[in-house]
Amino acid sequence: MNLILFTFIVLLGFTSYYFGRKKAYTIQSTKKRLTALPQFYGYYLAIWCAIPAFIIFSLWAIFEPTIVKLLVLSDYSNQGYLDDELNLIYEKTKALSRGQFTGEITPFIEASAEKYLSLRSIAQSSKVVIVLSAIIASVAYAYKRISSNSRTREPVEKFLKAVLFTASLAAILTTVGIVFSLIFQTIDFFKVIPLFDFVFGTHWYPAKAFVRDSSEALDPSMYSDTFGAVPIFAGTFFIAFIAMCVAIPIGLMSGIYLAEYASYKVRQYAKPLIEILAGIPTVVYGFFAALTVGPFLKELGTSMGLEVSAESALAAGGVMGIMIIPFISSLSDDVITSVPQSLRDGSYAMGATKSETIKRVIFPAALPGIVGSILLGVSRAIGETMIVVMASGLAANLTLNPLESTSTITAQIVVILIGDQAFGDPKTQAAFALGMSLFLVTLCLNIVALRVVKKYREKYE
Amino acid sequence: MNKNKEQLLNKRYKAEQRFRLYGQSAIFMALLFLTIFIFKIFSTGYSAFQKTWLIVPVNFDAELMMLDENPTKQDIEDADYYEIALQSMWNLDPNANEDQQNQLKRMVSYFFEREIKQELLKDPNLLGKTKEVYLTASDDLDQVFKGNYPRDLPEDQRRVSDYQLKIFDQLVANGNVESKFNISFFTNADSREAELAGIASSFMGSIFSILVCLMIAFPVAVLAAIYLEEFAPKNRFTDFIEVNINNLAAVPSIVFGLLGLGVLLAIFQLPRSTPLVGGITLSLMTLPTIIIAARASLKAVPPSIREAALAMGASRMQTTMHHTVPLSMPGTLSGTIIGLAQALGETAPLILIGMVAFVNTIPGSPMDPAASLPVQIYIWAESAERGFVEKVSACIMVLLGFLIIMNLFAQIIRHKFEKKWS
Repeated sequence: MNLILFTFIVLLGFTSYYFGRKKAYTIQSTKKRLTALPQFYGYYLAIWCAIPAFIIFSLWAIFEPTIVKLLVLSDYSNQGYLDDELNLIYEKTKALSRGQFTGEITPFIEASAEKYLSLRSIAQSSKVVIVLSAIIASVAYAYKRISSNSRTREPVEKFLKAVLFTASLAAILTTVGIVFSLIFQTIDFFKVIPLFDFVFGTHWYPAKAFVRDSSEALDPSMYSDTFGAVPIFAGTFFIAFIAMCVAIPIGLMSGIYLAEYASYKVRQYAKPLIEILAGIPTVVYGFFAALTVGPFLKELGTSMGLEVSAESALAAGGVMGIMIIPFISSLSDDVITSVPQSLRDGSYAMGATKSETIKRVIFPAALPGIVGSILLGVSRAIGETMIVVMASGLAANLTLNPLESTSTITAQIVVILIGDQAFGDPKTQAAFALGMSLFLVTLCLNIVALRVVKKYREKYE
Repeated sequence: MNKNKEQLLNKRYKAEQRFRLYGQSAIFMALLFLTIFIFKIFSTGYSAFQKTWLIVPVNFDAELMMLDENPTKQDIEDADYYEIALQSMWNLDPNANEDQQNQLKRMVSYFFEREIKQELLKDPNLLGKTKEVYLTASDDLDQVFKGNYPRDLPEDQRRVSDYQLKIFDQLVANGNVESKFNISFFTNADSREAELAGIASSFMGSIFSILVCLMIAFPVAVLAAIYLEEFAPKNRFTDFIEVNINNLAAVPSIVFGLLGLGVLLAIFQLPRSTPLVGGITLSLMTLPTIIIAARASLKAVPPSIREAALAMGASRMQTTMHHTVPLSMPGTLSGTIIGLAQALGETAPLILIGMVAFVNTIPGSPMDPAASLPVQIYIWAESAERGFVEKVSACIMVLLGFLIIMNLFAQIIRHKFEKKWS
């Protein structure tokens, strides 16, 4: 039904376009001067035809279920049911009206099912009537405007501009959505777990929170020593640190080499090849780390008499470092190439060798940009999920030994939220609190990095 | 004095050479990683495209199948195949005791009676006769035949018994084991049995997610880019939008998963585990990428084009829609494809919205539960069975293949259709 109505509105929109354009030609044939190109008359009519109808249509789709539910349940309002019970009754009613109800049918539910069905059909037919009358009214209005040959281009363009503006709000809406989805769960979480315990506690053992009878009331003292995030934060920064130890030297040196030394041919081939590393999905890196690098390091360690965990932080961090090489190399390459040639020429003229020029002149000049690119790399390492989930441990150890296993913020979020989640459970809320801290940390890093890079760009432009 | 200078010069030249060497070795290291990586994936994955079959004589005994003479097609459809299937496996070793008979049964996939049924449905005249039928080997034997399974382990550490190996070796010696191209890897949905597991459901899941993502992200991003580049006044609000976009491009993908979980599933009550929700989540993630690419290519259209159109009396909107936007399309499109390629490889947000559920049906619409290719890689990589290792690598090869094709496509669009202004 909805689909038919939808198609109908679209078809009417197209028809009104042709109708409006035809009207413009008739006006033209009476030797009157048109106020805009004929198609604008068409657009004008089509917009007036379709947009009010769509607005009513979607508002209806949003509010109809709630209103029907309220009306059906109004019969039960003063019988002292709880909200959950009312919801159950409503679900039963809907199932019965679809003929899918298998339980015991009480006369009450049968009556509500009948009421539900009649309300639905009233709603359907009144929707069609209202939408159609809206179309007729607005098309009539628009047609009158067209016939009197008033302006059509300006309103159409204003409308288009409004659409463009709305689209550009999408980015803000997404940010709002992120904050919105994180903040409520996080606040609920900190109602149960004190912020202090979360930020300074050293025991992270969320599985403990799962062993709880749901009928019991929440007892905050149960969770002391369960949600201490220090090991998680430490693990995250530790693995990111290992990753940067791999990525910074290799990325930076290859960026410098590509920008300053490489011949055109080498650059032409090496640059895209290195950038392939950035295009490989992270789950593939995770598989590689878990199945090849982890066991390899373990064997290597055993042969040297060291005890290495198969899920060592070194394996996860190392592979993550490989993943970040291309970000640092291509960003620093860009930054170095944008250092003005005059600085190089000046240095060469003083008799400096190429490497001296790079180390003493170009590198200091490019430093802000390079720092920016490194910060972006760190933000990526902290937010990286699949490599850690697959290759690093899931138990949160507080350790600084790269050969042991540690866990990260992202890995814990996945571990907690994989499978079914119960909203309202401190364990689920903990994942959102971790997500919030991740979002805040990366947000700060990104803003600083973007600022630094932007400042640097302005300096040499 | 002179000698000193020469020494110093030599030292400086040496430092120069060392520095150069560092750079070269950095590039070499990066390329080495890439090579090891590709080599490792291909060397473990290529064998998954082959599948091992056991050729076993099956006696289509009407009596055992509870069929009358001259059965109708429906009768054949409903007949009991388990008995004859069991018998034909047991006939491989007539002297087997009960335990050994069980082991014989486990040499083929649990699917084997249906394979026998297909054979009879294809040719009903086989009833009462004996024919050699191709049966899918169990994944452990499959791995043994491909040489991926260490045969010299002690028996109690192996999933294949000595007895099964003996029978299998006999079959090999008689030429009754064959390796053929693994079609079922592309046509089957996921399965708990490695020999039957395929990528069809996750492949369709990926396609649906990407389509949903494209349908949402592309129009919104292009419209937003047009507004920001062509119409937006320079004020604080525009700056705020810009900061938002740049920042969203660097937000970790898992945060978008939390957004999908907290808003799309919990508040809007959209169906869990579906490509619809996955696609919407991915579209929010690709939005900034496409906006940035579209803005860059709008910016690259020279102002003279706009000035010419305006001089001919076109309005700002007409100038933009008729001239600037069409000229910027190649760049926008290739940016879109690159954004979609990123979305195709994304795993973490999809895990959070429940696309890791075990799905053994092929989804027919974005509203059906499904996995996606990268999630399938994750699911299989977490499975303990040896047979899944090569499946993971093969799935990675398929995924990388798609990414390469998409990126090439983006390159071609960019080079073929983009106008060079100079």
